[in-house]
Amino acid sequence: MILLSLLVATAVAIILLRDLFAAVMLSGIFSLLSAGLFVVMDAVDVAFTEAAVGAGIATVLMLGTLTQTSTRERPAPRLDWSALVVVVLTGTALVIGTLDMPAYGDPTAPIHQHVAPAYIAQNVGKQSGRSETDDDDFQGHVPNMVTAILASYRGYDTLGELAVIFTAGVGVMLLLSGLPPTAGDTPETNPAESEAGVDA
Amino acid sequence: MGLFNYWTVIVLMMVGFYTVIARNNLIKTMIGLGIFQVSVFMLYISMGKIADGTAPIRVQPSAGHEAIYSNPLPHVLILTAIVVGVATTALGLALIIRIREAYGSIEEDEILEMDRNS
Repeated sequence: MILLSLLVATAVAIILLRDLFAAVMLSGIFSLLSAGLFVVMDAVDVAFTEAAVGAGIATVLMLGTLTQTSTRERPAPRLDWSALVVVVLTGTALVIGTLDMPAYGDPTAPIHQHVAPAYIAQNVGKQSGRSETDDDDFQGHVPNMVTAILASYRGYDTLGELAVIFTAGVGVMLLLSGLPPTAGDTPETNPAESEAGVDA
Repeated sequence: MGLFNYWTVIVLMMVGFYTVIARNNLIKTMIGLGIFQVSVFMLYISMGKIADGTAPIRVQPSAGHEAIYSNPLPHVLILTAIVVGVATTALGLALIIRIREAYGSIEEDEILEMDRNS
Protein backbone atom coordinates (compact mmCIF):
# COMPACT_ATOMS: atom_id res chain seq x y z
CA MET A 1 0.00 0.00 0.00
CA ILE A 2 2.94 2.29 0.73
CA LEU A 3 4.37 1.50 -2.68
CA LEU A 4 1.04 2.32 -4.31
CA SER A 5 0.90 5.69 -2.56
CA LEU A 6 4.48 6.43 -3.64
CA LEU A 7 3.53 5.54 -7.20
CA VAL A 8 0.61 7.96 -7.19
CA ALA A 9 2.81 10.70 -5.70
CA THR A 10 5.45 10.14 -8.37
CA ALA A 11 2.86 10.21 -11.15
CA VAL A 12 1.36 13.47 -9.89
CA ALA A 13 4.84 14.98 -9.57
CA ILE A 14 5.55 13.99 -13.16
CA ILE A 15 2.59 15.87 -14.56
CA LEU A 16 3.26 18.95 -12.43
CA LEU A 17 6.95 19.27 -13.33
CA ARG A 18 7.97 21.71 -16.05
CA ASP A 19 11.53 20.42 -16.29
CA LEU A 20 11.41 17.54 -18.75
CA PHE A 21 14.75 16.11 -17.60
CA ALA A 22 13.43 15.73 -14.07
CA ALA A 23 10.17 14.30 -15.41
CA VAL A 24 12.06 11.66 -17.38
CA MET A 25 14.12 10.73 -14.33
CA LEU A 26 10.96 10.48 -12.24
CA SER A 27 9.38 8.24 -14.84
CA GLY A 28 12.38 5.93 -14.38
CA ILE A 29 11.74 5.95 -10.63
CA PHE A 30 8.08 5.30 -11.36
CA SER A 31 9.00 2.18 -13.33
CA LEU A 32 11.30 0.97 -10.57
CA LEU A 33 8.60 1.45 -7.93
CA SER A 34 6.12 -0.43 -10.06
CA ALA A 35 8.67 -3.23 -10.44
CA GLY A 36 8.80 -3.43 -6.65
CA LEU A 37 5.04 -3.59 -6.57
CA PHE A 38 5.06 -6.44 -9.10
CA VAL A 39 7.33 -8.40 -6.75
CA VAL A 40 4.87 -7.82 -3.91
CA MET A 41 2.13 -9.17 -6.18
CA ASP A 42 4.16 -12.33 -6.94
CA ALA A 43 4.93 -11.39 -10.53
CA VAL A 44 8.70 -11.71 -10.40
CA ASP A 45 9.18 -12.18 -14.15
CA VAL A 46 7.13 -9.10 -14.88
CA ALA A 47 9.09 -7.19 -12.24
CA PHE A 48 12.50 -7.79 -13.73
CA THR A 49 11.27 -7.12 -17.23
CA GLU A 50 9.76 -3.84 -16.04
CA ALA A 51 12.95 -2.91 -14.19
CA ALA A 52 15.12 -3.65 -17.21
CA VAL A 53 12.86 -2.38 -19.97
CA GLY A 54 10.80 0.30 -18.26
CA ALA A 55 13.33 1.80 -15.90
CA GLY A 56 16.33 1.09 -18.11
CA ILE A 57 15.73 1.20 -21.82
CA ALA A 58 12.73 3.54 -21.86
CA THR A 59 14.60 6.09 -19.73
CA VAL A 60 17.63 5.90 -22.00
CA LEU A 61 15.42 6.39 -25.07
CA MET A 62 13.72 9.40 -23.47
CA LEU A 63 17.08 10.95 -22.52
CA GLY A 64 18.25 10.40 -26.09
CA THR A 65 15.21 12.26 -27.32
CA LEU A 66 15.80 15.08 -24.85
CA THR A 67 19.29 15.66 -26.22
CA GLN A 68 17.72 16.15 -29.65
CA THR A 69 14.98 18.45 -28.43
CA SER A 70 14.54 20.84 -25.52
CA THR A 71 14.52 20.03 -21.83
CA ARG A 72 12.06 22.74 -20.82
CA GLU A 73 8.33 22.54 -21.22
CA ARG A 74 6.70 25.79 -22.25
CA PRO A 75 4.56 27.14 -19.41
CA ALA A 76 0.91 26.45 -20.10
CA PRO A 77 -2.35 27.31 -18.36
CA ARG A 78 -2.43 25.48 -15.04
CA LEU A 79 -5.52 23.39 -15.52
CA ASP A 80 -7.42 22.18 -18.54
CA TRP A 81 -10.97 22.01 -17.26
CA SER A 82 -12.55 20.11 -20.14
CA ALA A 83 -9.81 17.46 -19.93
CA LEU A 84 -10.27 17.26 -16.17
CA VAL A 85 -14.00 16.68 -16.56
CA VAL A 86 -13.42 13.92 -19.11
CA VAL A 87 -10.82 12.29 -16.84
CA VAL A 88 -13.01 12.43 -13.74
CA LEU A 89 -16.00 11.01 -15.63
CA THR A 90 -13.91 8.16 -17.04
CA GLY A 91 -12.42 7.45 -13.63
CA THR A 92 -15.85 7.36 -12.00
CA ALA A 93 -17.14 4.98 -14.65
CA LEU A 94 -14.14 2.70 -14.08
CA VAL A 95 -14.59 2.74 -10.30
CA ILE A 96 -18.25 1.82 -10.73
CA GLY A 97 -17.05 -1.00 -12.96
CA THR A 98 -14.76 -2.36 -10.24
CA LEU A 99 -17.58 -2.62 -7.70
CA ASP A 100 -18.55 -5.97 -9.20
CA MET A 101 -15.01 -7.31 -9.08
CA PRO A 102 -13.90 -9.91 -6.54
CA ALA A 103 -11.74 -8.58 -3.72
CA TYR A 104 -7.98 -8.36 -4.18
CA GLY A 105 -6.32 -11.71 -3.45
CA ASP A 106 -9.59 -13.64 -3.40
CA PRO A 107 -8.73 -17.27 -4.36
CA THR A 108 -12.29 -17.93 -5.60
CA ALA A 109 -12.19 -15.15 -8.22
CA PRO A 110 -13.28 -16.28 -11.71
CA ILE A 111 -9.79 -15.67 -13.10
CA HIS A 112 -8.43 -18.50 -10.93
CA GLN A 113 -11.09 -21.04 -11.95
CA HIS A 114 -10.52 -21.89 -15.60
CA VAL A 115 -7.25 -22.61 -17.36
CA ALA A 116 -4.82 -21.36 -14.74
CA PRO A 117 -5.33 -24.22 -12.23
CA ALA A 118 -4.82 -26.69 -15.06
CA TYR A 119 -1.54 -25.03 -16.04
CA ILE A 120 -0.33 -25.04 -12.46
CA ALA A 121 -1.43 -28.64 -11.87
CA GLN A 122 0.32 -29.73 -15.04
CA ASN A 123 3.51 -28.10 -13.93
CA VAL A 124 3.42 -29.22 -10.32
CA GLY A 125 2.02 -32.68 -11.02
CA LYS A 126 4.73 -33.57 -13.49
CA GLN A 127 7.28 -32.84 -10.81
CA SER A 128 5.89 -35.15 -8.15
CA GLY A 129 4.90 -38.07 -10.38
CA ARG A 130 7.63 -37.83 -12.95
CA SER A 131 9.06 -40.91 -14.54
CA GLU A 132 11.95 -41.29 -16.95
CA THR A 133 9.56 -41.59 -19.91
CA ASP A 134 8.23 -38.06 -19.47
CA ASP A 135 11.32 -36.53 -20.99
CA ASP A 136 9.59 -35.52 -24.22
CA ASP A 137 7.13 -33.41 -22.23
CA PHE A 138 8.37 -29.87 -22.07
CA GLN A 139 6.40 -28.85 -19.01
CA GLY A 140 7.52 -30.26 -15.73
CA HIS A 141 11.14 -29.64 -16.53
CA VAL A 142 10.83 -25.90 -16.19
CA PRO A 143 10.29 -24.83 -12.60
CA ASN A 144 9.15 -21.37 -13.65
CA MET A 145 5.50 -21.70 -14.69
CA VAL A 146 5.49 -18.37 -16.51
CA THR A 147 8.25 -19.59 -18.80
CA ALA A 148 6.53 -22.94 -19.28
CA ILE A 149 3.21 -21.36 -20.27
CA LEU A 150 4.90 -18.79 -22.47
CA ALA A 151 6.77 -21.45 -24.37
CA SER A 152 4.05 -24.10 -24.49
CA TYR A 153 0.83 -22.18 -25.06
CA ARG A 154 1.65 -18.58 -25.86
CA GLY A 155 4.17 -18.91 -28.66
CA TYR A 156 2.04 -16.90 -31.07
CA ASP A 157 2.01 -13.96 -28.67
CA THR A 158 5.75 -13.84 -28.83
CA LEU A 159 5.64 -14.13 -32.61
CA GLY A 160 3.26 -11.18 -32.77
CA GLU A 161 5.46 -9.28 -30.35
CA LEU A 162 8.44 -9.88 -32.62
CA ALA A 163 6.44 -8.54 -35.56
CA VAL A 164 5.62 -5.39 -33.57
CA ILE A 165 9.23 -4.86 -32.52
CA PHE A 166 10.45 -5.42 -36.06
CA THR A 167 7.92 -2.92 -37.40
CA ALA A 168 8.87 -0.40 -34.72
CA GLY A 169 12.56 -0.88 -35.45
CA VAL A 170 12.04 -0.38 -39.18
CA GLY A 171 9.86 2.65 -38.45
CA VAL A 172 12.45 4.23 -36.16
CA MET A 173 15.20 3.67 -38.70
CA LEU A 174 13.14 5.14 -41.55
CA LEU A 175 12.13 8.15 -39.46
CA LEU A 176 15.61 8.96 -38.29
CA SER A 177 17.66 7.99 -41.32
CA GLY A 178 17.39 11.52 -42.75
CA LEU A 179 18.85 13.25 -39.70
CA PRO A 180 22.02 15.34 -40.07
CA PRO A 181 25.15 13.30 -39.25
CA THR A 182 25.94 15.30 -36.09
CA ALA A 183 22.67 14.16 -34.54
CA GLY A 184 23.01 10.55 -35.48
CA ASP A 185 23.89 8.58 -32.37
CA THR A 186 20.46 7.85 -30.87
CA PRO A 187 18.76 6.41 -33.97
CA GLU A 188 21.06 3.41 -34.30
CA THR A 189 20.66 2.37 -30.69
CA ASN A 190 16.86 2.39 -30.70
CA PRO A 191 16.03 -0.74 -32.71
CA ALA A 192 18.92 -2.70 -31.27
CA GLU A 193 17.84 -1.98 -27.72
CA SER A 194 14.23 -2.79 -28.47
CA GLU A 195 15.29 -6.16 -29.75
CA ALA A 196 17.41 -6.78 -26.69
CA GLY A 197 14.24 -6.39 -24.65
CA VAL A 198 12.76 -9.56 -26.13
CA ASP A 199 15.06 -11.75 -24.10
CA ALA A 200 13.88 -10.17 -20.88
CA MET B 1 -9.27 -2.85 1.49
CA GLY B 2 -10.72 -5.36 -0.93
CA LEU B 3 -10.82 -3.09 -3.94
CA PHE B 4 -8.24 -0.52 -2.84
CA ASN B 5 -5.65 -1.84 -5.30
CA TYR B 6 -7.97 -1.45 -8.25
CA TRP B 7 -8.93 2.07 -7.25
CA THR B 8 -5.34 3.20 -6.92
CA VAL B 9 -4.66 1.69 -10.31
CA ILE B 10 -7.58 3.69 -11.71
CA VAL B 11 -6.22 6.89 -10.15
CA LEU B 12 -2.86 6.23 -11.78
CA MET B 13 -4.56 5.48 -15.07
CA MET B 14 -6.44 8.76 -14.93
CA VAL B 15 -3.26 10.71 -14.11
CA GLY B 16 -1.70 9.24 -17.25
CA PHE B 17 -4.86 9.91 -19.25
CA TYR B 18 -4.95 13.55 -18.15
CA THR B 19 -1.31 13.99 -19.13
CA VAL B 20 -2.01 12.55 -22.57
CA ILE B 21 -5.03 14.71 -23.38
CA ALA B 22 -4.26 17.95 -21.54
CA ARG B 23 -0.52 18.50 -22.00
CA ASN B 24 0.81 20.11 -25.14
CA ASN B 25 4.38 18.96 -24.79
CA LEU B 26 4.91 15.81 -26.87
CA ILE B 27 7.51 14.25 -24.56
CA LYS B 28 5.20 14.79 -21.61
CA THR B 29 2.50 13.02 -23.60
CA MET B 30 4.78 10.00 -24.09
CA ILE B 31 5.54 9.90 -20.36
CA GLY B 32 1.80 10.02 -19.64
CA LEU B 33 1.27 7.16 -22.06
CA GLY B 34 3.91 5.21 -20.13
CA ILE B 35 2.11 5.84 -16.83
CA PHE B 36 -1.13 4.67 -18.40
CA GLN B 37 0.51 1.49 -19.70
CA VAL B 38 2.07 0.62 -16.36
CA SER B 39 -1.25 1.10 -14.59
CA VAL B 40 -2.93 -1.31 -17.02
CA PHE B 41 -0.18 -3.86 -16.32
CA MET B 42 -0.76 -3.40 -12.63
CA LEU B 43 -4.49 -3.99 -13.02
CA TYR B 44 -3.82 -7.37 -14.65
CA ILE B 45 -1.19 -8.40 -12.12
CA SER B 46 -3.50 -7.42 -9.22
CA MET B 47 -6.14 -9.76 -10.58
CA GLY B 48 -3.67 -12.65 -10.67
CA LYS B 49 -2.62 -12.33 -7.04
CA ILE B 50 -3.93 -14.87 -4.56
CA ALA B 51 -3.77 -14.04 -0.84
CA ASP B 52 -0.97 -16.01 0.86
CA GLY B 53 0.14 -17.20 -2.55
CA THR B 54 3.71 -17.39 -3.74
CA ALA B 55 5.37 -16.56 -7.03
CA PRO B 56 4.50 -19.17 -9.69
CA ILE B 57 7.86 -20.89 -9.52
CA ARG B 58 7.69 -24.50 -8.45
CA VAL B 59 8.93 -25.19 -4.95
CA GLN B 60 9.81 -28.58 -3.53
CA PRO B 61 6.62 -29.90 -1.92
CA SER B 62 7.12 -30.15 1.80
CA ALA B 63 5.34 -32.89 3.70
CA GLY B 64 1.61 -32.35 4.04
CA HIS B 65 1.79 -28.81 2.77
CA GLU B 66 0.74 -27.76 -0.72
CA ALA B 67 2.07 -24.42 -1.93
CA ILE B 68 -0.44 -21.89 -3.27
CA TYR B 69 0.74 -20.25 -6.46
CA SER B 70 -0.53 -16.95 -7.79
CA ASN B 71 -2.08 -17.09 -11.23
CA PRO B 72 0.75 -17.19 -13.79
CA LEU B 73 -1.41 -16.41 -16.83
CA PRO B 74 -1.60 -12.58 -16.42
CA HIS B 75 2.16 -12.54 -15.92
CA VAL B 76 2.65 -14.21 -19.28
CA LEU B 77 0.40 -11.73 -21.05
CA ILE B 78 1.93 -8.67 -19.40
CA LEU B 79 5.47 -9.83 -20.13
CA THR B 80 4.61 -9.53 -23.81
CA ALA B 81 2.82 -6.21 -23.30
CA ILE B 82 5.81 -4.55 -21.60
CA VAL B 83 8.09 -5.21 -24.54
CA VAL B 84 5.46 -4.08 -27.05
CA GLY B 85 5.00 -0.94 -24.93
CA VAL B 86 8.65 0.00 -25.12
CA ALA B 87 8.63 -0.61 -28.89
CA THR B 88 5.77 1.85 -29.34
CA THR B 89 7.53 4.33 -27.03
CA ALA B 90 10.64 4.12 -29.17
CA LEU B 91 8.61 4.76 -32.31
CA GLY B 92 6.82 7.69 -30.70
CA LEU B 93 10.08 9.27 -29.55
CA ALA B 94 11.53 8.88 -33.04
CA LEU B 95 8.46 10.68 -34.40
CA ILE B 96 9.03 13.47 -31.86
CA ILE B 97 12.63 13.92 -32.99
CA ARG B 98 11.41 14.09 -36.57
CA ILE B 99 8.69 16.62 -35.70
CA ARG B 100 11.20 18.76 -33.83
CA GLU B 101 13.44 18.69 -36.89
CA ALA B 102 10.61 19.74 -39.21
CA TYR B 103 8.88 22.33 -37.00
CA GLY B 104 11.51 23.37 -34.46
CA SER B 105 9.03 22.79 -31.66
CA ILE B 106 7.61 19.93 -29.60
CA GLU B 107 4.59 21.83 -28.34
CA GLU B 108 1.45 20.49 -29.95
CA ASP B 109 -0.47 23.77 -30.16
CA GLU B 110 2.47 25.61 -31.74
CA ILE B 111 2.74 22.88 -34.36
CA LEU B 112 -0.98 23.05 -35.14
CA GLU B 113 -0.69 26.84 -35.39
CA MET B 114 2.14 26.51 -37.92
CA ASP B 115 0.08 24.04 -39.92
CA ARG B 116 -2.87 26.39 -40.00
CA ASN B 117 -0.74 29.33 -41.14
CA SER B 118 1.04 27.49 -43.89
